[in-house]
Amino acid sequence: MTEQRRPHILITGAAGALAQQVIEQLRDTCDLVAVDFREQVYLGDDIPSYCIDFNKRVFEDLFRRYQFDGVIHMGRIMSSQLTRMRRYNANVLGTQKLLDLSHKYGIKRVVVLSTFHVYGAVAYNPALIDESAPLKSAGLSADLIDSVELENLANIYLWRYPELNITILRPCNIVGPGVRNTISTLLASERAPVLAGFSPMMQFIHIDDMADAIVLAYKKPTRGVYNVAPQDWVAYQHALKLCGCKRFPILSIPPAVPRFILSTLKLKSFPSYLMAFFKYPVVIDGRAFAKEFEFTPKRPLKEIFRFYRDNKRPV
Amino acid sequence: MSLASFLKSRLVSAELDQHINRIRKPIGTLGYDPWGYNNEAIKYGLSITKQIYEKYFRVQAHGVENIPAEGPVLIIANHSGQLPIDGLLIGYALASREKDARIPRAMIERFFPTVPWLGNLLNEVGAVLGDPINCAKMLANGEAVIVFPEGIRGSGKLYQDRYQLKRFGNGFMHLAMKYKAPIVPVGVVGCEETIPAIANIKPLAKALGIPYAPVAMPVVLPAKVHLNFGAPMYFDDLEIPEEQVTERVETVKAEISRLIDKGLSERKRLF
Repeated sequence: MTEQRRPHILITGAAGALAQQVIEQLRDTCDLVAVDFREQVYLGDDIPSYCIDFNKRVFEDLFRRYQFDGVIHMGRIMSSQLTRMRRYNANVLGTQKLLDLSHKYGIKRVVVLSTFHVYGAVAYNPALIDESAPLKSAGLSADLIDSVELENLANIYLWRYPELNITILRPCNIVGPGVRNTISTLLASERAPVLAGFSPMMQFIHIDDMADAIVLAYKKPTRGVYNVAPQDWVAYQHALKLCGCKRFPILSIPPAVPRFILSTLKLKSFPSYLMAFFKYPVVIDGRAFAKEFEFTPKRPLKEIFRFYRDNKRPV
Repeated sequence: MSLASFLKSRLVSAELDQHINRIRKPIGTLGYDPWGYNNEAIKYGLSITKQIYEKYFRVQAHGVENIPAEGPVLIIANHSGQLPIDGLLIGYALASREKDARIPRAMIERFFPTVPWLGNLLNEVGAVLGDPINCAKMLANGEAVIVFPEGIRGSGKLYQDRYQLKRFGNGFMHLAMKYKAPIVPVGVVGCEETIPAIANIKPLAKALGIPYAPVAMPVVLPAKVHLNFGAPMYFDDLEIPEEQVTERVETVKAEISRLIDKGLSERKRLF
């Protein structure tokens, strides 16, 4: 009797904590290949791992060698990393290469991890933004253009090649152990900057819950764009308080003043191009994803914040 | 005792605390909802508003029981007085009613979220950016929503134009029809006299990025306020041309005008 072939999945962004959680969940049932743009990571003898630029010709060799069934693309370079040009090359051109190869080699399932940042933080945002809302981020800052472009590309491929079964996920702030993004760095710090007089509503999802969401999305081939966020909300400054952070206020008006202060200080954890996200709320509606994929986050906000409060001074 | 608990013990009575806790709101584990409403902040807000409502403006409210006990409802009123005091008083009238109290949400000008501290404070006590998507999502959640269809045309009008209704937008009617929400009209009398303005310095307003810059006394006068709530008005959700929607809006406007006249005839004195 021939054994049924295990699904072969390419996972990008493997150096990130989230990708490693997803790999942990899938490694028993799937044959995984991990790649990362930035560094090579060791994930055990059973998982081949590569440090590869998607724009190089050798990337195609992986598709020939491993005959993937699916791709989970978590390799978006975050706005706080690399230079604007390198980010654009990796996020936009790299993603296009990845999707082209996926189409060429007959891949049946693609999950793309995006971010809620694409909606953009503006004063006139309504709450519970759904997936059909315009992506205003590109108008806010040139540093967020590559994230919006990545989404637009994935959207084009979603409609042009339905056989790829592309699902785009737009999660809220992903936080928890091992996460190295801007908001996680702020929650983990002793002193966190705030814009005086502004405490926008925010949503947070635990890294374990997000990994569950990605695995659920991968397993059910429903095409589309989905927000991923729990039905729970908290004001930014309240979240800092619960994480045991001392707040460090920055003068907030007129808008040119905080922008000048932040660009002078060059704070990596509070970059000036993300300033609007600490001023105006971007509250997304995750109900469509929860309903379609029967997803319920298991870790409440209190548990998330307790982790940051208890780990202020690592042993 | 922390400062917050001390302030709460001094400001918020046990009775009010229980009253708010009885009103169930769809909130998350930390007491917030997606629009920034906070269950603890509203207790402070209502404690302070109680003094303003009862002692400063000595509000007389008639017909507040006309607002349904549950489900989506639009509370439509005339706007006046430079500051959203009318929204605050209507909100308190509903939140403090003994039977079937509700905490309504007021739609506020797009200018407020840009103001430090004030924007967040308004959100915490239930005010929401006046965007049709916000209103639609709240009606879908079964909330009571206060809308001033005149917008800044109403609140920024001069004293000489008092109690003259400005043009009503049609947005609220479309939402009422779509979400099958009854409309409760309200006539507000007295708020026109709280901050009487004699002129509006438009260039200054433009320079400051604010809706209007009134020439008025820098105090809020203690005018006596009369709130008259009308009977709920129901509209079907048939696909009708915009002209007919405007006719429906005019019906609501006429009812509010009648309620204002009622309030003016009831009023014995300005203060």
